[in-house]
Amino acid sequence: MTSEDKRLLSVDVKKRLLHEMLFARRFEERCYEAYVERKIGGFLHLYPGEEACAHGVLEAARVGHDYVITSYRDHVHAIKSGVDPKAVMAELFAKVTGCCKGLGGSMHIFGVEQRFMGGYALVGGPFPLAAGIAKGIQMKGGDEICICFLGDAANNQGTFHESLNMAKLWNLPVLYVCENNLYGIGTRIDRSTAVVDQYKRVSGYNIPSQQVDGQDVEVVYAAAAAAIDHVRGGNGPYFLELMTYRYRGHSMSDSNAYRAKDEERMWSKRDPIIMLRDRLIDDGQLTQETFKKTDDQILEHIEDEIIRFAEESPEPTMDLLQKYVLVENDPWVKGGAH
Amino acid sequence: MATMMFWEAIRRALDEEMARDPMVICMGEDIGVAGGTYKATQGLYDKYGPERVMDTPISENGFTGLAIGASFVGVRPVVEIMSVNFAWLATDQIVNTAAKVHYMSGGQIKAPIVIRTPGGTAHQLGAQHSARMEKVFMGVAGLRVVTPSTPRQAYGLIKSAVRCEDPVLINEHELIYNLKGEVPDEEYFHPLEGSEIARQGKDVSLFGYNVSVHWCLQAAKKLADQHGIDAEVIDLYGLNPLDRAGIAESVSKTHRAVVVEEAEAPVGVGAEVMAILNEECFFEMDAPPARVSALNVPIPYNHTLEKAAIPNADDIVKAVLKLFGK
Repeated sequence: MTSEDKRLLSVDVKKRLLHEMLFARRFEERCYEAYVERKIGGFLHLYPGEEACAHGVLEAARVGHDYVITSYRDHVHAIKSGVDPKAVMAELFAKVTGCCKGLGGSMHIFGVEQRFMGGYALVGGPFPLAAGIAKGIQMKGGDEICICFLGDAANNQGTFHESLNMAKLWNLPVLYVCENNLYGIGTRIDRSTAVVDQYKRVSGYNIPSQQVDGQDVEVVYAAAAAAIDHVRGGNGPYFLELMTYRYRGHSMSDSNAYRAKDEERMWSKRDPIIMLRDRLIDDGQLTQETFKKTDDQILEHIEDEIIRFAEESPEPTMDLLQKYVLVENDPWVKGGAH
Repeated sequence: MATMMFWEAIRRALDEEMARDPMVICMGEDIGVAGGTYKATQGLYDKYGPERVMDTPISENGFTGLAIGASFVGVRPVVEIMSVNFAWLATDQIVNTAAKVHYMSGGQIKAPIVIRTPGGTAHQLGAQHSARMEKVFMGVAGLRVVTPSTPRQAYGLIKSAVRCEDPVLINEHELIYNLKGEVPDEEYFHPLEGSEIARQGKDVSLFGYNVSVHWCLQAAKKLADQHGIDAEVIDLYGLNPLDRAGIAESVSKTHRAVVVEEAEAPVGVGAEVMAILNEECFFEMDAPPARVSALNVPIPYNHTLEKAAIPNADDIVKAVLKLFGK
């Protein structure tokens, strides 16, 4: 990493990213509370600790132009892709104002208008979907790329190998981002995976790759910018491994008892938000007081705008129950429009 | 009206749709340079090139998933899964993604993919190449399942399926790719829902689909020639959804029903049609409905045993005679 790369982010952008990451943290923490209050049902997979991954990569992408697809830990990716946080929270609250009208839930956040192509709940499922979106881009000749975020444990699925092979074979414009948080549900990576360094696993497919610190948003941004240039330049797929850590268990039903407290303490010192905050304070660009004030404003905004919207929104009506099983009124079902 | 073989009818439909819409592509194992195991894509590679007639690696779940992803952004992929047995590997992407993504995205995403795959028992292919999976797919909400028995249906179903916005699985059959039949000279779009009367009759309704329609027709001829029973044969080309009204209409006329399926009986087409008969026309029936199904065994290699595992026209005749107390 050269210092030149780091200068790519202006002070204003860094401040904005700090704000966005803090918002993402508070948003997810508020989801936790709402889950405990039984306002959110089902399974809930939270993102605290990993904020620099989604924010660093998508800051380097062309949001709304490039396609994004991910797993079930998807709220923050959706928000950074431009999906309205109110629509995300309302979806979690299973309301009709949710981005999927209350039919999707936490693991299935979608924002197709923003080209956020969804969260999918089968581990490794999005690998081939991303390659397919990239095939569509290639056929249409645009300069979009598809960015696929998945965790390290997804790489033990067959779809990982099948998709990397096809992506390279057909030179598809897809960036695979591996958020390596060291655990697949509750199993530590060295207990499930023969090769722990994920970026090495793609060398068998001749796909260029890099492993970087996923806690430093500036590092992530710079690595992602280079990776995206590669893919957008027509050079085929790229694999970017981001070393990160999630603070909470895999999902809300995970007691998180399998991790050593020392390990958790060590990673908490490398918190992506604290690291960026302290850097800005050290550079004289931010004060502790301003940061605290921002945090308070975010908390207030989440409560007054986002939670209130989700709380006050109506439930989906029964007419939605069967509405989207098949596409309505498709003339070809009857053999055409005649 | 031209006479052509089943595989030629498929090829014609694919060729016409690819010529019309540059976003229509074909994908599958050996479908390009080699022209397809059953010749359904013969010549298309030379005409449309490797970007649109894609020879895939042997990665069924992977390339089916890739096709589904492409369908999200305007591509119209027609995937050939060489044998339905291999579709088990792709059920993850077919069931978990293609069938559910429109619903779980609140209507934001459509997955207009076509999956063509031959299912059924052919000639001594053994347990792992003789699966009949229609029962699996027809039970999946959000996935249309059709199964052609004639070249005309094959042609028209592909034409409609390619243009339909839903994911459509077309269950073909290895034994009838060389079957000859008439196909309209002009463009023809077959409905994706419903059933057809393959033979008019008044005494008993025989329900078949795909290859079992032909067994039913053979049985109907024997019943007429040898027993004076006038059987109606209903071709259930649409398996999901099934033609509830059409099934009830025929039995309301004949008052007797035999369902013929190439698959094992449990949880299959036969069970489903009989449930519909119970729900729709219980009081119309003069005898309890019967089903003729395969034995509930993996398909054996030995030719004699293989034939014994799968129903035939004589089994259907016997089942009908029993309904008449003969």
